[in-house]
Amino acid sequence: MKIHEHQALDLLGAYGVPNAGGAVAFTAGEAAAAAQGLPRGRLVVKAQIHAGGRGKAGGVRLADSPEQVGEIAAALLGSTLVTPQTGPAGRRVNRLLVTPAVDIAREFYLGLLLDMDSGCTVLMASAEGGTEIEEVAKHRPERILRARIDPLVGLRRFQLRNLTAGLGLSGQAAQDFEDIAQALYRLFVERDCSLVELNPLVETAGGRLLALDAKLSFDDSALFRHPDLAALRDPLEEDPREVEASALKLSYIPLEGSIGCMVNGAGLAMATMDLIQAQGAQPANFLDVGGGAGADKVAGAFRLLLGDGNVRGILVNIFGGIMRCDQLAEGIVEAARRVELALPLVVRLRGTNAEQGARILADSALAITPENDLKRAVETIVRLTGGAGR
Amino acid sequence: MSIYCDGGTRVIVQGITGSQGLFHTERMLEYGTEVVGGVTPGKGGQQVLGLPVFDTVEQAVRATGADASVIYVPPAHAADSILEAADAGLRLCVCITEGIPVRDMVAVKRVLAQGHTKLIGPNCPGLITPGACKIGILPGDICKPGHVGVVSRSGTLTYEAVDQLTARGIGQSTAVGIGGDPIRGEGFIEVLQAFAEDEDTLAVVMIGEIGGSGEERAAAWIRDRLRKPVVAFIAGRTAPEGRRMGHAGAIISGGQGGAAEKIEAVRACGIPVADTLDLIGETMERALEQAGLLERCRT
Repeated sequence: MKIHEHQALDLLGAYGVPNAGGAVAFTAGEAAAAAQGLPRGRLVVKAQIHAGGRGKAGGVRLADSPEQVGEIAAALLGSTLVTPQTGPAGRRVNRLLVTPAVDIAREFYLGLLLDMDSGCTVLMASAEGGTEIEEVAKHRPERILRARIDPLVGLRRFQLRNLTAGLGLSGQAAQDFEDIAQALYRLFVERDCSLVELNPLVETAGGRLLALDAKLSFDDSALFRHPDLAALRDPLEEDPREVEASALKLSYIPLEGSIGCMVNGAGLAMATMDLIQAQGAQPANFLDVGGGAGADKVAGAFRLLLGDGNVRGILVNIFGGIMRCDQLAEGIVEAARRVELALPLVVRLRGTNAEQGARILADSALAITPENDLKRAVETIVRLTGGAGR
Repeated sequence: MSIYCDGGTRVIVQGITGSQGLFHTERMLEYGTEVVGGVTPGKGGQQVLGLPVFDTVEQAVRATGADASVIYVPPAHAADSILEAADAGLRLCVCITEGIPVRDMVAVKRVLAQGHTKLIGPNCPGLITPGACKIGILPGDICKPGHVGVVSRSGTLTYEAVDQLTARGIGQSTAVGIGGDPIRGEGFIEVLQAFAEDEDTLAVVMIGEIGGSGEERAAAWIRDRLRKPVVAFIAGRTAPEGRRMGHAGAIISGGQGGAAEKIEAVRACGIPVADTLDLIGETMERALEQAGLLERCRT
């Protein structure tokens, strides 16, 4: 789960990571009032969306007075920002952070994330802050310093000394860096984070370090022990279809194609999407129904798929292990009746009781095409939805 | 022969009185797995399916001589169950539970590194040595005893691979689902190492997906160390960057972990990769034929 920048800065503040201060605003009036409450001088108005790349998209603007903050806020609120991370549809701006501009001497990157290969948390730091860290990683990997953290002993001072030396920090700034890194790791562990990023972490003209932007995301599996964090969720930032899917305990990700997919198992769902693409068509979504899918769940999944205007047909691919294909077929027939399915539906069943399942589908008098051979099933749905190139 | 489990493996079920635990214990017993007891704290002394239930793993091991456990415990308590299994000295622990917090697994992994317990999973279907022992939730009836090992990050793709092999008359030595979480016990290389040492395994199918770099490292290990034919399949060519595809570990981030790069890296190590899912069986058949092993592997 992601949270907004202003929420992340607040949370980091509670752990002792300093920021430039400021206030959140949901209306132009609130933004102007927030500006009044800040010290006189240059101000920054930052769109709060759960995606990076805001600056280049015009979502971060400078202002010289509270009046100007109000004008910028009026223009930004309700507008749609398109950044490389939002996809072509962009994100609507519903809230802003108004914050004092900071006199920046140097910009750093500081992040914590899980390294899947070692099974440890890794601290990453770079003197090339303010830019996309992925770009630095790709073109100048030697400019990213890393410290692997052993969970039994935590982040050690020698590791921090290595980092400050590598970054060219000394004196008060080095001390600030050590304090901020330790606070970040404490937050990461205590609040079950999956990613913490300060980008940039800046050294001010006065030689102190401040977090100017922060990105935090949390391990969804651990939210049960952090109700206060779960309350920070902003449903406006999520695709309503994904919210609906998660209520049905479905794992669903909408994509751009025209063939709706319903599959059991995440790996099989991905492999099915790949097979559709290999046939020259495009999948409309990833959808893992998980184990045990009754009529209610299948009907819910069908409604989700049909809610996508691009979908021209549906492919169901189930490998029944513990799930019995005959029971699933009954669920599919019932669900297709309930949602009055009018689009082509190809169903591939394999595994436990697959033959009985196919018979139930064939006998249903509904326009369902059972096809238990995987490749032929994909070929059939591609043909029924208008062929390759869609 | 086989890896991790065989007809002599004595299994206890942690979380045996829950609905999942109970259902799958029955399926394991039907398959012929030697399940010797179960553990549910507070329910020691009861009997389920004719098996004794204990309060702790330690008691269960002492009373039954179990050497392996399988865990069907809710995510909030599953990490504790793994540590309990390790502390009781079990040789093998298979954790089916999905949704264990990552932080819990970071600690578990660190503790397991100091002991001898091998962990399969979490968030996995378990493993099966066809005709001898099934630990977990895999469907037994699609499997066939034989000489091809299967190792996979995905449950249903394991079934798909096994099914395609069986349809071609190619039996399996052991099929292992290592799970879809970012932090897990045995990885590709550990399982491949076990297959390398198993005389009865003549070839291996490796099934990967987007996220991390386990497939790339495994491919390099195979190139340098494994003298048995391997074929691979990797799911997720169409997966978008930055989105978690069901499994917590299946995510392309920062341009890393994409399927196309993985496939290229695996092929560069001389390992044939099935282009699409439906070609796994065919690809293995061809590899066995080239190695002169097809007749021995048709079981």
